[in-house]
Amino acid sequence: MNFRDTMLDEYKEILKTYINDQTEQALYMSQKFSRKSIEYKISPEEMISLHKTSIMELEPELSESLLLSLDILLEVMMSYGLAYREHQSLRTIQRELINEIEVAASMQQTLLGTQIPRIPSMDIGAISVPAKQMSGDYYHFVSHENGAISVAIADIIGKGIPAALCMSMIKYSMDSMPEDSQAPGDVLERLNRVVEQNVDPTMFITMFSGLYNPETHIFSYSSAGHEPGFFYHADTGVFDEMQAKGLLLGVDKKTKYKEYEQKVEVGDIILLMSDGVTECRTEEGFLEVDTLIGYIKKYIHLDAQDIADKVYKELEYLQDFQLRDDFTLIILKRTS
Amino acid sequence: MMDSSVKIINEWDIVAARQLGRNVAKELGFGTVDQARITTAISELARNIYLYAGQGEITIEKVENGAKKGMTIVSRDEGPGIPDLRKVMEDGFSTSGGLGAGLPGVKRLMDEFSIESTPGEGTLIQSVKWLR
Repeated sequence: MNFRDTMLDEYKEILKTYINDQTEQALYMSQKFSRKSIEYKISPEEMISLHKTSIMELEPELSESLLLSLDILLEVMMSYGLAYREHQSLRTIQRELINEIEVAASMQQTLLGTQIPRIPSMDIGAISVPAKQMSGDYYHFVSHENGAISVAIADIIGKGIPAALCMSMIKYSMDSMPEDSQAPGDVLERLNRVVEQNVDPTMFITMFSGLYNPETHIFSYSSAGHEPGFFYHADTGVFDEMQAKGLLLGVDKKTKYKEYEQKVEVGDIILLMSDGVTECRTEEGFLEVDTLIGYIKKYIHLDAQDIADKVYKELEYLQDFQLRDDFTLIILKRTS
Repeated sequence: MMDSSVKIINEWDIVAARQLGRNVAKELGFGTVDQARITTAISELARNIYLYAGQGEITIEKVENGAKKGMTIVSRDEGPGIPDLRKVMEDGFSTSGGLGAGLPGVKRLMDEFSIESTPGEGTLIQSVKWLR
């Protein structure tokens, strides 16, 4: 039978039990009753009316003034009832929005997808995890016809949907980059013009662009205000910061980007990251560079992808599994 | 068919409109909860006239549709009108400032609801509550 048909009897029973002896049991029953009445969309004003009807049937001798007071209570509850119903409908709308964002996030994953190149001399691994549903981090690989590999990592200052939309534009420009402009400085200069023309002036993008030549084993790179990467020298066991100067994308359309070069020996490792890695916060404050290097050292003997995955796991644990910023880490390890 | 109106000019006219609505609702046999819903809807409509249009009129009519019986509330004003009806019919638009249930609230309280508004000419809202 429907709850609406039986609720008067149920409620009267609870009321009677409580009036006779004030047990916790009756109070517990009324809590259960209220859950059910919410489930069946009984409004607050209906509850007052139900209460009035019940008490009138149970206690016919009840004072008139007490019963009249319930009319005022019912009237006062009207606005609460409306607010409650509005809340219900807003919740439905919220659920729809969340669903839409989920669809958009999975579209973004497809749209921004990039293949990690496989070449004999270099082992490459990458991990990118968004803090919210939509990521403002982006990385991209290109395998050129001459065997060279381009790598780019970008971070939009700002998060969420606006950052994600902006990312799509960067991806599109990278894809339509001519094959002859592989030099990292040229790539940044082109993208800088695109961003400067098309993006809201309050939105900035940092980007690191690199090119590895498997013939000469030279890694050339340029940076547009991006988090510096690390270079690990296998022979000395030393980590160097790969400092590179350059203005953020989208500030000045005439910006030129200086190119730097680094010879990569067997066993050397290039680590590129977004600020979600270095600015990872713990209870004790920001992550120390030494702590990060410690984790990398711990896993340095593994494959590139395993290093990236393990370091992420460690930092995730360190932050109690709550990412505050999008996290991207790329590892390039020369194997032969 | 009974048909009567209350002119809304000052805040006390809202009370008169509520009273008229309650009398008709009682006469038709609406229960206390529905009476409260109908009068709350009348309050909202009358308050909108008082606050935004300056003056207007609330008309209460009994209606019959075959075996169904009910009442209609008509709110009519010659105020500035509503430029964006979609916006005012959105949940959370008028309520956020504590202005009351707003038009979506009226729509929820009643069974049928229709609104016409022309900027510069005024607004006509018709709503029906059926007796169950």
